Amino acid sequence: MLETWIDVLRILDGTLRVATPLILCAMAGLLSERSGVIDIGLEGKLLAGAFAAATVAHLAGSEWVGLGAAIIVSVSFALVHGFACITHRGEQIISGVAINILAAGLTVVIGIALFRKGGQTPLLEDSERFGAITFLGTETLGDVPIIGPLYVELISGHNLLVYAALATVVLVWWLLYRTTFGLRLRAVGEAPAAVDTAGISVTWLRYRAVIMAGVLCGIAGAYLSTAGFGAGFERDMSAGKGFIALAAMILGNWRPGTTLLACLLFGFLETISPRLQGVGFDCTDGALAELWYRVFFLDCGGGAVGFPTAIIPMLPYILTVILLAGFFGRAVPPKALGTPYVKEH
Amino acid sequence: MTPLPRWVEVGVIPLINLTLALLVAGLVIATVGEDPIRALNVMIQGAFVYPGSLGYTLYYTTNFVFTGLAVAVAFHAMLFNIGGEGQAMLGGIGITIVCLALDPFMPGFLVALVAICGAAAMGAAWAFIPGWLQAYRGSHIVITTIMFNFIASGLMVWLLGGWLKGDVTGSPQSRFFAEEASLPAMHDILNGLGIDAARSPLNLSIVIAVLCCVGVWVLIWRTKFGYALRAMGHSEPAAEYAGIPVRRMIVIAMAISGALAGCMALNEILGVQHKLVLNFSAGYGFTGIAVALMGRNHPVGIVMASLLFGALYQGGAELDFEFKSITREMVLVIQGLIILFSGALAYMFTPWLVRAFAQRASNA
Repeated sequence: MLETWIDVLRILDGTLRVATPLILCAMAGLLSERSGVIDIGLEGKLLAGAFAAATVAHLAGSEWVGLGAAIIVSVSFALVHGFACITHRGEQIISGVAINILAAGLTVVIGIALFRKGGQTPLLEDSERFGAITFLGTETLGDVPIIGPLYVELISGHNLLVYAALATVVLVWWLLYRTTFGLRLRAVGEAPAAVDTAGISVTWLRYRAVIMAGVLCGIAGAYLSTAGFGAGFERDMSAGKGFIALAAMILGNWRPGTTLLACLLFGFLETISPRLQGVGFDCTDGALAELWYRVFFLDCGGGAVGFPTAIIPMLPYILTVILLAGFFGRAVPPKALGTPYVKEH
Repeated sequence: MTPLPRWVEVGVIPLINLTLALLVAGLVIATVGEDPIRALNVMIQGAFVYPGSLGYTLYYTTNFVFTGLAVAVAFHAMLFNIGGEGQAMLGGIGITIVCLALDPFMPGFLVALVAICGAAAMGAAWAFIPGWLQAYRGSHIVITTIMFNFIASGLMVWLLGGWLKGDVTGSPQSRFFAEEASLPAMHDILNGLGIDAARSPLNLSIVIAVLCCVGVWVLIWRTKFGYALRAMGHSEPAAEYAGIPVRRMIVIAMAISGALAGCMALNEILGVQHKLVLNFSAGYGFTGIAVALMGRNHPVGIVMASLLFGALYQGGAELDFEFKSITREMVLVIQGLIILFSGALAYMFTPWLVRAFAQRASNA
């Protein structure tokens, strides 16, 4: 019983770790898109942030300086996006594609030039990374049944950026729905002309949204390379996380709470995926089992059967496509999303 | 506002954008402590001068013609297909299914012919779904095609671990196709004709690519369908009002686009690898976006832009050998900059040029 409980907690713990960069990036995308600027450059900003964090943390010997560098680099990319999309009314998707490709290239080119390690950055010391924070009272509370393990395994023992990601969700919610700025931000994504008529600058509002997205992607990048399991940068280490975050944001219907749930769902799927490898049934165990095995694994030799884990990485994308097609629920993007605002003269 | 002369539109503006991209790239090279001029020189040598290098350049060019045309066809209908990567993967899967199923029974060249149709059909199918979802379910084509890239990549992993798995255990690739079930290499053809040609991966796909260019030009500018497509691209409500079946057009345009992207696999799988390998599309689908933007969605422009990118890829590979600090990823940087300048920042210089030309016109 206790074993199972701890197992469940470990899965949830893993879910949270995997979901952290997704949460930060999805909140970044949410802020940008609620202001009307499409952001498919999340992936590129995440990657650039991860590289900057690992590089500077190594050079300066401090994870905090690394975090600062990640934010600066990611915001610079965000500003390029803003310059192209807001100031010059360029195609937002094309700009995002450019940022992703640019980040993929620059991180490797600069990484090799600096360290000559095939695009990797040097392994970081523990003192140069965000380590686990152990909360007060884990020793005494740890022995309490049920609540004890919950406190020790799940609530305590993460690094700072995990808690920061969770706080970000609350902050974004508060910003969007409880402040004047948030009201204006949402308005500019729906009806920029109305905001303009009220004498508020559409350009400046959108720039602020894009910059905030840059900050959050930078933090997410620092998480990948300098916190948790990350101890340095590897080429292409974002590995599509920016796009999964985009999917989570759409699945969450451009709302903070539901987006958080979508991120946790995707994190959960990734966490249980390796565990499912061993789970399964014998393929000689009836016709249905055999069919299942033939469909996913071709042959039914040896008897040992696993769950088709190759399907799991595709699930976030498949779910998003189905949602967007309106087969369940309905995705309602901001009305002015993707349309540059042209001021009337 | 006076419109710009055509030669400025198709000649000067792309040139300015390319120059800017190269300048910034040169700045990056200088920052990492190497000589940009020497790097450019190495790339040109590597792309055109060394023996066999031209073959390699044209081999990369072939990939980009296919993916560039794919983006362009969709773009004429104002559809942004960034799913070329996934459609190319599905094209490869199509080829492989045909070859694995038929090559024990049929003569090789017939298998190759069916495989070409297989590539186009699977690529078309993979773009048809996002097209249909946009036309009839209101999904956003960009998001759906991004998602379909990832689904395709998952599909490849799954199929190469199961149904299409080859005999080499632990290696994600299919078995080799029968030897004749392939597109012959160009150097074999030329040597057979008595023309001396160095060994390179260039194969008959380049001829198919050229045929596709002609086909796309005829389709877009010389048929009723192409007219309807462009009309739709200019204004969907107007096209609707003129009686053009907009929804059906979206689906057809996407299918054609996907078929072209799927054909990229001909060059890689049927022409060079002769088996399905993981990640053979290697970002060429995304490069197609840069190619279409630079080539202004016209086949002639696309061929020129593809040549440019072919030379960049082949010349970029040479950077690895000649320099300590710069590698072929420099090409990705240049590619990103080209997309940024000729795509996202396309309007940065236009007003300035328009003003300059208006002034000249009023002076004359």
